[in-house]
Amino acid sequence: MSASASASVAAARPSFLAPYLGLFRTRLVRGLAYRAAAAAGVATQFFWGFIMISVFQAFARAGLSPLDPREIASYVWLQQAFLVLVVVWFRDAELIRLITTGDAAYELVRPVDLYAQWYARLLGGRLAGAALRSLPILLVAGLFPEPWRFRLPPDLAQAGLAFLALALAAALTVSVSLFAYILALVTLQPYAAFILLAPLAEFCSGLLVPLPFLPDALRRVLELLPFRAMLDLPARLWSGSLTASDSLRPFALGLAWLLVLVPLGRAALSAALRARDVPGG
Amino acid sequence: MELWLRYARVALMGQFSKRSNLVVVTLAQLLLTLSALAAVLVLFARFGTLAGYSREEVLLLFGVAQVSFSLVELLARGFDSFSAILAQGEFDRILARPRGTILQVLGARLEFSRLGRALVGAAILVHALRALGPAMVADGPALAAARYATVASMTLGSGAIFAGIFVLGASLAFVSPDGLEVVNIFSDGGREMSQYPLSIYDKALRRFFTFVVPFGCVNWLPLEFALARPGASWPAAFLPLAGFAFLALSFLAWRAGVRRHASTGS
Repeated sequence: MSASASASVAAARPSFLAPYLGLFRTRLVRGLAYRAAAAAGVATQFFWGFIMISVFQAFARAGLSPLDPREIASYVWLQQAFLVLVVVWFRDAELIRLITTGDAAYELVRPVDLYAQWYARLLGGRLAGAALRSLPILLVAGLFPEPWRFRLPPDLAQAGLAFLALALAAALTVSVSLFAYILALVTLQPYAAFILLAPLAEFCSGLLVPLPFLPDALRRVLELLPFRAMLDLPARLWSGSLTASDSLRPFALGLAWLLVLVPLGRAALSAALRARDVPGG
Repeated sequence: MELWLRYARVALMGQFSKRSNLVVVTLAQLLLTLSALAAVLVLFARFGTLAGYSREEVLLLFGVAQVSFSLVELLARGFDSFSAILAQGEFDRILARPRGTILQVLGARLEFSRLGRALVGAAILVHALRALGPAMVADGPALAAARYATVASMTLGSGAIFAGIFVLGASLAFVSPDGLEVVNIFSDGGREMSQYPLSIYDKALRRFFTFVVPFGCVNWLPLEFALARPGASWPAAFLPLAGFAFLALSFLAWRAGVRRHASTGS
């Protein structure tokens, strides 16, 4: 599987990026093969999208709402379309098996950077999931009647910014979720870290409730954390609830978090590897 | 009953012997419930009301949905994960035994990790009932008893609907193993939806979830009577019975499925 693929790519052209690109590509191709699962996922995401929009819009009717009904709809559909890109609980089951059975030791033998290798395969898996699900959701939701319709951003510049923010969100989500895999390596308890991290990230990123709906004091704190750029930033840029000029600060902050979290994760991974013996003979 | 108790004891002992796993799954379930609760509380903190319902009124529905769903998941997990039972050939052994299939499928899986979630749901339900109590008992003991009984029957009826969905999903597994994830839309999605009064949803959605999958009959319609809202009449108290009708129909589908079943094993 990924081993032979990355090896052959590396043999053909020994550039230092090649093995990571190979891993990324095998994950992408494999993810695209699970079409039935994606179809069921799309149906589920539509239903949940309808529920969320209904609930938020019904609340928002009660008074001064920081998001208007149209912004709510666009926010929720963008979130549902790119859910696998931005949720922590989207896991690579095979990587977890590799970690808990001790087969991760074989990975160490390969002359590639382990952190970069895991990063590439996780990003590839997520992009595959998002590629299958996002288009049908966005296309169909674009045809819904108001106030359910998924709308395009106010202008092209804002759309471009939203896509940039989405890329940053995916990069950040992978770097955050990697800590859960590293913790699994330490504890050998495969899901404990996800169980704690996933609900926290969901709440802090605006996945459960858009951040503007939160009490102001709490919202101001959450806007400083890395989770904000995992959903709030792209979804609000797209829906038009955040202007381009107001997005500069969260962009810079998100990028800064990425530059902190990646070296931190890399250090944590190598510390975790040094600290423990690998199970299995 | 005696046989079921024995099933329960075996499952209990088995799951408690793998304690760390039980703890992790219980914790996961708890955090899911708590974060859903946090969403409700946060939204009420900002907006104060939801389509004319107060926070405690919505929490009552939230508690009903959580308690009924988690108890049914605890008890009827065998139907929920029936495609696995079928794929492993476990069902053929069930058919070979001189006992009913329903009891055996129920006994095959008991999910005690859902207990924590049920308790949290129950605590929310009790909190809501205490806050709403004065309105419910205002017009005499007989009606007060009827209103509390309505809340109880909403919980039972909601459980019957969730159980019916699991049984229907299991019956579908006889026909085709593909696309069973769609059942989650009705089970998980139904729970999510019925945490709020169904009156906030679009008319088409609301009709479907009243006349086909009768969540509306255990949700806002009887709630009007339980809360003694003006204009609500007592016949609404009997609507939760629709949940049991739904469960009965789903057992008909189950029986048809068992009859057409051809084994996958050798």
